[in-house]
Amino acid sequence: MPVDVQDMQKIFARPDSLTDAKSTYCPGCHHGILTRIIAQTIDELGIAERTVGIAPVGCAVFAYRWYRCDAIQAAHGRASAVATGVKRADPNLIVFSYQGDGDFASIGTAESIHAANRGENITVIFVNNQVYGMTGGEMAPTSLVGQKTTTTPQGRDPKLFGYPIRFSEMIAQLEAPVYVTRQALYDTKHIKEATKAIKKAFTNQVEKKGYSLVEVLAACPTNWKMKPIDANIHIAKVVKKTYQLGDLVNRG
Amino acid sequence: MGERLLLRGNEVIAEAAIRAGCQCYFAYPITPQAELLQHMAVNMPRLGRTFVQAESELAAINMVYGAASAGVRTMTSSSSPGISLKQEGISYLAGSSLPAVIVNIVRGGPGLGDIAPSQCDYFQATKGGGHGDYHMIVLGPSTVPEAGQLTMLAFELADRYCTPVMLLADGMLGQMMEPVELPKPIEIGSLPKKEWATDGAKGRDPNIVLSFDLDPEVLKQMNLILQKRYRQIEAKEVRYEETATGDADIAIVAYGTVARIAKTVVKMARAEGIKLGLFRPITLWPFPSQALRKLSEKIAMVLTVEMSAGQMWEDVRLAIAEQAETPFYGEMGGVIPTPQRILSEVKKHAG
Amino acid sequence: MDNSVVIAGFGGQGVILAGKILAQAGMNHGLEVTWLPSYGPEMRGGTANCTVVLSNDPVGSPIVDSPTGLIALNLPSLDKFEPTVAANGVIIMNSSLIQRRTKRKDVRSFSPALNDLARKAGSEKATNMIALGAYIKVTGIIPLSTVQTAMTQMLKKEGKDKFIPLNKKALQEGYNALHE
Ligand SMILES: Cc1ncc(C[n+]2csc(CCOP(=O)(O)OP(=O)(O)O)c2C)c(N)n1
Ligand code: SF4
Ligand SMILES: [Mg+2]
Repeated sequence: MPVDVQDMQKIFARPDSLTDAKSTYCPGCHHGILTRIIAQTIDELGIAERTVGIAPVGCAVFAYRWYRCDAIQAAHGRASAVATGVKRADPNLIVFSYQGDGDFASIGTAESIHAANRGENITVIFVNNQVYGMTGGEMAPTSLVGQKTTTTPQGRDPKLFGYPIRFSEMIAQLEAPVYVTRQALYDTKHIKEATKAIKKAFTNQVEKKGYSLVEVLAACPTNWKMKPIDANIHIAKVVKKTYQLGDLVNRG
Repeated sequence: MGERLLLRGNEVIAEAAIRAGCQCYFAYPITPQAELLQHMAVNMPRLGRTFVQAESELAAINMVYGAASAGVRTMTSSSSPGISLKQEGISYLAGSSLPAVIVNIVRGGPGLGDIAPSQCDYFQATKGGGHGDYHMIVLGPSTVPEAGQLTMLAFELADRYCTPVMLLADGMLGQMMEPVELPKPIEIGSLPKKEWATDGAKGRDPNIVLSFDLDPEVLKQMNLILQKRYRQIEAKEVRYEETATGDADIAIVAYGTVARIAKTVVKMARAEGIKLGLFRPITLWPFPSQALRKLSEKIAMVLTVEMSAGQMWEDVRLAIAEQAETPFYGEMGGVIPTPQRILSEVKKHAG
Repeated sequence: MDNSVVIAGFGGQGVILAGKILAQAGMNHGLEVTWLPSYGPEMRGGTANCTVVLSNDPVGSPIVDSPTGLIALNLPSLDKFEPTVAANGVIIMNSSLIQRRTKRKDVRSFSPALNDLARKAGSEKATNMIALGAYIKVTGIIPLSTVQTAMTQMLKKEGKDKFIPLNKKALQEGYNALHE
């Protein structure tokens, strides 16, 4: 049955805060889904004109291109410190950092922990894909036991390289953070939950409640050497065992 | 003669370090030196040696500080932004007179920059990028085989002078492949014992590794020891290469990959009747000032070509003073001066 | 002899490997060689290229302003590098993906349907080897058997042994496809 375009209802659209810059992510990469969720959240809260995003060094280095808001590109690992500086300079701004697991939980460990410990009123999105995506698939602090990477060709041996770091659990030990949660994106149910969590993490900041961290278990099909669909299954079946989903702190 | 292998610069540096007896390697991933790290990740454990992927460059250089103190041959590698993070540690290595090798596969800067080849870290490397009155020996390979040879030399010099030594290459040399005969491995057991090492005070007084003293007079004496050593290095370790300078009317001064590009330019220029020569510093610190000064006494036009805004050019002008004309041609941000571009600069100044 | 070739195409078309094999073959043939890749994130999905220089003398510059050869596996690569090819140079352009002809009158150009030939040889994955076979045929710089040996060496080194028979055939087919 032919349908007149005028009769059609728009039920799904590109968020206004999402630019049409060409994506630099690989097919099946979860960075893309996450980007959309954040843009949608910025739309829904109507904060685009006072939001400042902090881009990391990692595959998301071009994150400053994706949103119609101000942005700063930070040194590798230092995004939470840069976010602190922006927020302290103007507390009315909504400041979020977007950081990979190498960025946030390895080189940036000190800055990440101390921004949380000071209870900076910022929102941190922490993308845990268990690998260094951008530099060529090296081990990340989050890599699973036995995971083969370019720097652990025999698989991660905890005796030599330690165990997967549960960074959000570490941050959850601190007094200050108001919201710490771990989410995933491997199916629509989890995408919906992650969307809610991200909205909450931004809302906390708007309501001046304090530090919020959303860790997201993400797929890197390229460096995992998996098809996108298999990467999703891998998160659901394997990754989730090391990194349990759900809220770790919710003082909101 | 050994077997000729086709290998990348990064792989050759890693393999040469292994052959030089590097027992502990610590680094954090960064482009364009990823293959160096990966080669070490595969091969060091296989040989029963230490490979640690550090949580940051800061940690890596301090792991080097520890391993050097313990008396083993040790190395770290990175690229520009990572080398910036290592500066504090390098200053400590120099201050504590510890031997260590640091590889910088330079990329375009400043800030995050890009990953294309550049020579923009020359100041940082040769003028002491960290704090304090110190120098490190800086070696600038120009070909893949030379990268291997100079890596071996770096370990030797580090031990001989108890100093950090930097191998300063760039992304092009790190990424390109060229035939090499790998250097012969040394016998680790044959290396002299380091009497100062913190390897356990068994039957001797404790050894202390430290870079400071709060008494200015004592710290001055420590500095004077370093300065004396630097004068020795300047007297003995200067290395450079001259190509076709004998009858030259004009000479290029260039190091590293730019120097090898300039070698092609020498041929092109001579084919057109321009008597062009090339002066190539191999040690960037100590800089071959005297040799260059001597050359400028017979060549009136000395063109410096660099992938920077003119960092080595300052040393060239210091060496030559007013003896010859010293024009400059540089590219920045990872742009490579191609043979044609250099040739047209040469033509501007020749005759 | 001074031969310099730029091999260019989409990331994933195997231009980097084709260059490595040519360089390895050159070295085995007793020549001095350099192989220089384009590197970095641009390789993710974008275009990739590498430059191979083969010479009797030690190689100075691994980058060349005017290569004596170009292997263009797709149109963007032809557009980008065609103007740089030295006069009397060789261009091999992949007519499976490139509809236009060369704009250059002063070069020898060949337009084999590389993907089609590769499919016939067993798999489109071997498009790069068809191209390489064709290139050594028209330039005559290195014997086919030397390139086949180099390919075997290189694939073994990279742990891709299972592709050796396919690539050997593809080199041969590429070699047979052109005359001169
Ligand atoms: C000081 C410094 N060290 C190292 C690098 C190289 N580097 C770029 S991205 C990256 C890691 C990226 O991994 P991750 O943070 O997990 O992000 P992903 O790419 O996986 O999303 C590294 C080590 C750098 N740019 N700066
Ligand atoms: S390498 Fe991995 S993390 Fe990076 S864009 Fe590709 S899939 Fe995403
Ligand atoms: Mg990651």
